[in-house]
Amino acid sequence: MKKTENLGILNINSTLYKTRLSPKFLKRKLYMPADLKAIISFIPGTVLDILVKKGQFVRKGENLVILDSMKMQNGIKCSVDGTIRKINVNKGDKVSKGTILIELK
Amino acid sequence: MAVNKKIHELQEKRKKILLGGGEQAIEKQKAMGKWTARERIMALLDKNSFIEYDLFVEHDARDFDMDKKSLPSDGVIIGSGTIYNAPVAIYAQDFTVAGGSLGQMHSRKITKIMDYALKMRMPLIGINDSGGARIQEGVNSLAGYGEIFFRNTISSGIIPQISVILGPCAGGAVYSPALTDFVFVVDKISKMFITGPEVIKTVLGEEISMEDLGGARVHSEITGNAHFFSMSEDECFEQIKRLITFIPRNNSTKAKILDLAEPDRKYDPEKIVPDDPTLPYDVRDVIKSIVDNSDFFEIMELYAKNIVIGFGRMGGRTAGFVANQPLEMAGVLDVDSSDKAARFIRYCDAFNIPIITLVDLPGYLPGVDQEHAGVIRHGAKVLYSYSEATVPKITVILRKAYGGGYIAMSSRHLRADFVFAWPTAEIAVMGPEGAANIIFRKEIMSSDDPDGMRKQKVEEYKDKFANPYVAAARGYVDAVIEPKETRRFLLHAIEASEDKVVKMLDKKHGLPPF
Repeated sequence: MKKTENLGILNINSTLYKTRLSPKFLKRKLYMPADLKAIISFIPGTVLDILVKKGQFVRKGENLVILDSMKMQNGIKCSVDGTIRKINVNKGDKVSKGTILIELK
Repeated sequence: MAVNKKIHELQEKRKKILLGGGEQAIEKQKAMGKWTARERIMALLDKNSFIEYDLFVEHDARDFDMDKKSLPSDGVIIGSGTIYNAPVAIYAQDFTVAGGSLGQMHSRKITKIMDYALKMRMPLIGINDSGGARIQEGVNSLAGYGEIFFRNTISSGIIPQISVILGPCAGGAVYSPALTDFVFVVDKISKMFITGPEVIKTVLGEEISMEDLGGARVHSEITGNAHFFSMSEDECFEQIKRLITFIPRNNSTKAKILDLAEPDRKYDPEKIVPDDPTLPYDVRDVIKSIVDNSDFFEIMELYAKNIVIGFGRMGGRTAGFVANQPLEMAGVLDVDSSDKAARFIRYCDAFNIPIITLVDLPGYLPGVDQEHAGVIRHGAKVLYSYSEATVPKITVILRKAYGGGYIAMSSRHLRADFVFAWPTAEIAVMGPEGAANIIFRKEIMSSDDPDGMRKQKVEEYKDKFANPYVAAARGYVDAVIEPKETRRFLLHAIEASEDKVVKMLDKKHGLPPF
């Protein structure tokens, strides 16, 4: 019986259990609080237009990027007031969901 | 002679249609490592039992030059036959005819056999091997899918519905299997997805192979869409036949009773489970120590392995087993294992199969990912399914049964009919370490030797609460039994509850936390 090979330790309520750990558990992403100054794509798509320039002051709710996806033009909005520190994409770029498009300071 | 001539004519017509898409297309099918639709039906059903309907059905599409094309049987074979002498209705899409694409008549053939299966109250087996909607037939093709999904839904819980994915099954087509009871997939042959790799690449720029996106392994290990995984079509058909032996033909009968045989003695229940609740073991060995012939038919073997589900026989009668698996993730309940268990409990309840629950779990899996994935909602499915189930519910607490996990795993409080516990059972609000840390926090903190004090308090708690007798004293446990007595108690419980009647309150339907 090789059933007891490759065992790890799982802590449930301060008790340490000897057990196999699932790939899903081992690959889980550790939680990071959301960074409001990083403007990310909420949907994958193609960058159709960039409406702002580096150093520009932008207000909460303003459209920063137009992302073409699912046959729609989606405005990527600013979630806080701030100044554009860095633009990470160019017109025509294909971006996946969760890409940091623009960074504010 | 005229009759002979007409018979001959029929024979010729049949012969031509039986070739499906023709020899070239069949060769192509074989080159992909696949069997033809007809071969599949023959392999699955009892010899000479298949009766085919609608062999001569033709499509009636007129646009895009379709009127000039003949598609034998419109790319799908329907009929009925038997498996181990039990009647089943079956359809198999024929990939050699227009890629098994689904047009109006193709779908009408499928819905015809579905209606037949439902009316006759017999299991329905669907073999899927299709490129998807027949684009030339436009909205008629979509209507066809809708008609199939509707029938899948209204038949659910009345007749067993089995889906076999033996080729592509993409786009809307995937929802038929998803609505059925059991989905069978074969390595390298089955492919299921809503949007394929090409669309994903064009729209999102992500590149992925069909196999990695929606192959048999993905659906068996990651998505939980498939219930049975096999390496070949042959093996797949054997699995289906085996499943058929365990389930009743509809919801108003019970599964066939087979001859009883004792479990294999090499599975000694006293020697499988270690006393130390932090040590693992394979709970399937406990099941094999209990069931007839030590024969356990596991379902969703590769998905959420921290819970084990499947069928076995007790004194010849089918029972559904739900067991925490300490070997995997300490047997915790989490999002995936809750979904897996809850659906199986509802399956058993719908088809008059008693449920035997073996409990050994430390509780729920902690973590941000679990909380954000909705472990509250998913975990609630287990409570809902057990509470709602009116089939005989028998629980054996093998070792740990802590906190919410104790309640969820078919406890007396959710109306288990019989609750037995082994002497190794620990029924408590949480494990001794966690409990001692909370209850004796002050004593531990203010002690000159906090570690020593903690150990002492953990021992105190263990002595007092880490046993089955506190719950037994309240009647929450009916009997504390020796492991070797388990089969005898279960056999009696199943026999005693054969005619169990529970009337639930009248309602249209409840609202399970989907």
